[in-house]
Amino acid sequence: MAAKTRRYSARDVTVLVIGLGVAIAVNVSVIWGPTLASVGLSGTDWNGIGPIEWVGGQNYHDLSAEYPPFWSAVRNNVLWLGFLGLVATPFGLFCAVLLDRRLRLSRFYQSALYMPVVLSLAVVGFIAQLVYSSDYGVLNAVTGLGVDWLGDSSINIWVVMVAAGWRHVGYVMIIYLAGLKAVDPALKEAAAIDGADERQAFFRVVFPTLRPVNVIVLVITVIEALRAFDIVYAINKGRNGLELLSVLVTENIVGEASRIGFGSAIAVILLVISMGFIVVYLSQMFREER
Amino acid sequence: MTLTAPASAPPGQARRAPARRPVRPLRVLLHAFLLLVALGWLLPLVLAVYASLRPYEETARLGYVSLPEQLTLDYYTQAWTQAELPRYYLNTLIIVVPAVVVTLLLASFTAFAIARLRIPGRRTLLIVFTAGNLLPPQVLITPLYTLYTLVPLPAWLSDSQSLYDSYLGLILIHVAFQFGFCVFVMANFMRTIPEEISEAALVDGAGVWKRYWRLTLPLCRPVLAALSTLQFTWMYNDFLWALVLMSSGDKLPVTSALNNLRGQFFTDYNLLAAGSMLVALPTLIVFQLLHKQFVAGLTLGSTKG
Repeated sequence: MAAKTRRYSARDVTVLVIGLGVAIAVNVSVIWGPTLASVGLSGTDWNGIGPIEWVGGQNYHDLSAEYPPFWSAVRNNVLWLGFLGLVATPFGLFCAVLLDRRLRLSRFYQSALYMPVVLSLAVVGFIAQLVYSSDYGVLNAVTGLGVDWLGDSSINIWVVMVAAGWRHVGYVMIIYLAGLKAVDPALKEAAAIDGADERQAFFRVVFPTLRPVNVIVLVITVIEALRAFDIVYAINKGRNGLELLSVLVTENIVGEASRIGFGSAIAVILLVISMGFIVVYLSQMFREER
Repeated sequence: MTLTAPASAPPGQARRAPARRPVRPLRVLLHAFLLLVALGWLLPLVLAVYASLRPYEETARLGYVSLPEQLTLDYYTQAWTQAELPRYYLNTLIIVVPAVVVTLLLASFTAFAIARLRIPGRRTLLIVFTAGNLLPPQVLITPLYTLYTLVPLPAWLSDSQSLYDSYLGLILIHVAFQFGFCVFVMANFMRTIPEEISEAALVDGAGVWKRYWRLTLPLCRPVLAALSTLQFTWMYNDFLWALVLMSSGDKLPVTSALNNLRGQFFTDYNLLAAGSMLVALPTLIVFQLLHKQFVAGLTLGSTKG
């Protein structure tokens, strides 16, 4: 400890100021500055060129009252979150539990499951088209159905979520697998001696010790659901049933309209939701250090 | 992910698999299930590869689920030459390599300062940096876009003479966005390095820079390997930043350029499949070659210590 409290030489201070200064400057100017600016701009009607005029909560009102894609996007984001959280994540956990034992071919199963994790979501979007395309997609060819999986706005969100889940399962599995490996085997043995079957041992003994991993997976799931963008954008630019909040933000600034204030309001809604989970995650992460 | 034989296993028995018991129906069921899932998971990829090897005319006539009359690499040549994929690979390289290097340098120094030195407010710094990495990109994209158009750059750095539509702009956002994650992971790792090493150097009069560059960084090799693998994959796969912060089609990184293979009125999906496979190839190779680092990277941020 004594070493830490020793004073730094002038050269040390210079090195620290430059090193940390650059890091903080980059972080503030490119990440947090723009984030705060989004909050400010969401109260204006700026179009990117003209004067900036304060309109208060007008954008939020317009969003909820006069912008139909907003509610489809909210619905889709919630569905996306629900699907990843209630289907893909538990399935990833299930696979991790199955693979967390001495198995032949375990390495092959694992690789197959998380192969999609290394793929770009844009590529996943294109592969989804090969599977789901209405006239020559594999799904219709095999089942004989003539469903327009990607074009029908009442079902396309579901099939796209399956494609996103394809990637998510492997991600979750790997994280849980690492978590399970860290669980003290003595715990399981003790549970077995006490007469617990495998199911009971898992839910009563192993799962509770995975709490930190659970929080992380929860946050990853939420963040992935809020960030979802590439895959729908690759398929149809996020239109006709595939609206997502992230797509609406992008559309409002990159599109011809350039409604910066309006786009920012959508971004702020994303921000508020994600900050809730970020705070949970960080308090979990930094809890032990306190 | 090495597995050790159970202590109870009799000597001389196969070390890897639990061959100690006869075939159990449950085990068979387990394998059947896992095999089914694994094959199901691979199927879309296999399909894409298969599609990319067959002429569009043939699949249009027979459908994807049919035996091939001919298999050809034509689409790969076509994607390679006609869509000018080499140029986009180069773009990706120009963006991703400096971005990974700078991110790791900046993050490792910051992590070193946070984890090993007594800096006022270091905990707050770490929290702010980590939180920044978790934001959805769209939250900052609007002002960022405006900011990029306003920051001037000399013409030799950017044709647009602003940060917008320049390689530098993309490098900057990758560095800034991934920085938080790397700091978090490396700070956790550096805390596990024994303090004595640094203290001994301090007694010898080593300054901050020397203790960072000569003492700490070399010990961080495993974590640097894991992070660079992961960061390469993430930055390579980026789609959004290039889409929003670039406008010239010929500067796009390869993932975003995939869209160019899509025709305006007619899309040849077999060509697109070949393009997708070519785009996916580098990450698949990295994944196969650096399997251990990749998995380590994925789980680094998620499990503590």
